[in-house]
Amino acid sequence: MADVTLMKTPAETALAQAFESAKTLLPGNVESRAQAFELFTQRGLPHRRVEEFKYTDLRAFLREIAPFASAPSVDEAKAALADAKALAGIEALQVPFVNGHLVREAVDFHNLPENVEIVPLTEALADNHDWLAKLSPVKWASENPVYQLNTSFMADGVMIRIAGPVETPIHLRFVTSAASAVATATRILVVVEEGASVTLLETHESTNGANHQPNDVVELIAGDRTNVQHVRVNAEGDRALALSTLAAKIGGEAVFNSINVVAGSATSRHQVFAVLDGENTNLRVNGATMLKGTQHADSTLVVEHAAPHCESRELFKTVIDNEATGVFQGKIIVPHHAQKTDGRMMSAALLLEEGGSMNNKPELEIFADDVQCAHGATCGQLDEDLLFYLMARGLPKKEAESLLVQAFLGEALEFVENEAAREALIGTVEAWLKARS
Amino acid sequence: MLEIKNLVVQIEDKRILNGLNLTVNKGEVAAIMGPNGSGKSTLSYVIAGKEDYEVLDGEILLNGENVLEMEPDQRAAAGVFLAFQYPLEIPGVASMTFLKATLNAQRKARGEDELTTPDFIKRVNAAATQLEIPKDMLKRALNVGFSGGEKKRMEILQMALLQPSFCILDETDSGLDIDALRIVSEGVNALRSADRAFLVITHYQRLLNHIVPDTVHVMHAGRIVKTGGKELALELEANGYADYRETEAA
Repeated sequence: MADVTLMKTPAETALAQAFESAKTLLPGNVESRAQAFELFTQRGLPHRRVEEFKYTDLRAFLREIAPFASAPSVDEAKAALADAKALAGIEALQVPFVNGHLVREAVDFHNLPENVEIVPLTEALADNHDWLAKLSPVKWASENPVYQLNTSFMADGVMIRIAGPVETPIHLRFVTSAASAVATATRILVVVEEGASVTLLETHESTNGANHQPNDVVELIAGDRTNVQHVRVNAEGDRALALSTLAAKIGGEAVFNSINVVAGSATSRHQVFAVLDGENTNLRVNGATMLKGTQHADSTLVVEHAAPHCESRELFKTVIDNEATGVFQGKIIVPHHAQKTDGRMMSAALLLEEGGSMNNKPELEIFADDVQCAHGATCGQLDEDLLFYLMARGLPKKEAESLLVQAFLGEALEFVENEAAREALIGTVEAWLKARS
Repeated sequence: MLEIKNLVVQIEDKRILNGLNLTVNKGEVAAIMGPNGSGKSTLSYVIAGKEDYEVLDGEILLNGENVLEMEPDQRAAAGVFLAFQYPLEIPGVASMTFLKATLNAQRKARGEDELTTPDFIKRVNAAATQLEIPKDMLKRALNVGFSGGEKKRMEILQMALLQPSFCILDETDSGLDIDALRIVSEGVNALRSADRAFLVITHYQRLLNHIVPDTVHVMHAGRIVKTGGKELALELEANGYADYRETEAA
């Protein structure tokens, strides 16, 4: 029997070498990392013939692997955080990361707000903490190569337990300040206990001009009657290749709202895997993406209605200027027992110039027979008649366009409950539009 | 104030205006009446600067300046205002946001300071009260879910705020009930002044009972075919446009 050797791309070879040299240095059990890396290696970097990566060919995008970032000095970290702008000025408990490493000095672990407990991931891994068993709650994520890479390389993160109502938002702030390209892998686990509530702000920013390669995972396990609001901002540098995953398992009678706003990175892919695991739960996942130049942004979504009587709403808005490319892949899964499911998924793209492109792939997989599910996808240009109406009232063309773009994206932002965060997101849109004109 | 000379306009190879001549003086209210398809709405769009129309010949002078060389926003800043026959709905843009953006854009174009928010709100409230526009309507997205009458009142509100010097009312009476017609007309009449001219486009004499014109022009096949005083409107109401059709055929 002949041995079959699969050809590896240079990037895959580099990843294998990086894993070999890093695996014993990274915190925690080597075996579980090795298992994840083995799963990744079996299929390698996903490419366009892999259905889920048809429009975002990672093999083509990831030709070289940047070196994994080492922890910054305290001074470097402080300087980087002082310059951080994303959702700045919003009153929140700051949990900052610089170059993919938790800035411990910035978190007062012994004096956290009521109902909040935080354990650094490195400690949890080293001590084989009980909570580790809660990692990887969603199988759709575990099967995903981007997630498997994160599990193999995750170097830092936090595990957060919310035991009751928490008023102050928790801001997970990720800043990469390295001047040359680095790779990072962070893992956040948030466990929200029955009846608890919390607002999570998550921002990612990095230096321009460097091909940074962040791979960030946030996992959420929310119990029954929980309320979790999640606002995520991708403000990565202009050459970053940003991969991110949100894996959420939500109990019954709960509310989970999540929005991802993309205003940065050369290439990005944000994956949401959500499982509605109890009845009468309400899920909303939105996206607002602003692209220009040759940027590429992918929003991939899987929502599994694992319990009956749940409602999910997904609204993704993408504005595409110049020759940028947007991707939306959304799938709602309704197994046979999930009767009375109400799911609606919509992706709308606005192309401001000729030369941009949008790939929409909405899917419904329904096995139950008493459900209401709908999906829609649109691609269009700004309405000429509306533009004329605004110009006839005195708005110059660029301003008229900006007003219509703001209105278009605004629909995806308006459900954000935290007013300061919503205002900041509107500010992000305005800044993007201002840079355009 | 407005002088149109030999205006020839086509859209997709179809000739709509055929050497139209029209003069409207400062302080004058001129009405244009004419049958469907005579080119009335085209005329209003061409003055305001809609792109779809191809001007083959002629000129439109506003206070001596050729507006055909200006973008629609520049025409607005120069004093042109078109009250649309069908005002557009703009989901996601609050009416107040829209009003403030337009007012300040025009002020900026004319080299004036932007209005402060209290000053702006004062002006909006004054105009809204006169036009019987409830405040909650101003908080809603522009024209979204407004009735036909509410949309037309919102057009006149914009006119009152922007204080243009040349106002075009394109079939402002269409879709209005008697009360709304009265409110809208009172709003327009309040804006009549020696420095401002109006071009009122309508099918029916009814509107001209409320907004009494100084001159009435009859438009047919892309040209002004007759001009007279306000009594001409009554004549048209009695006899219809048949006389002018026959003139054309002859």
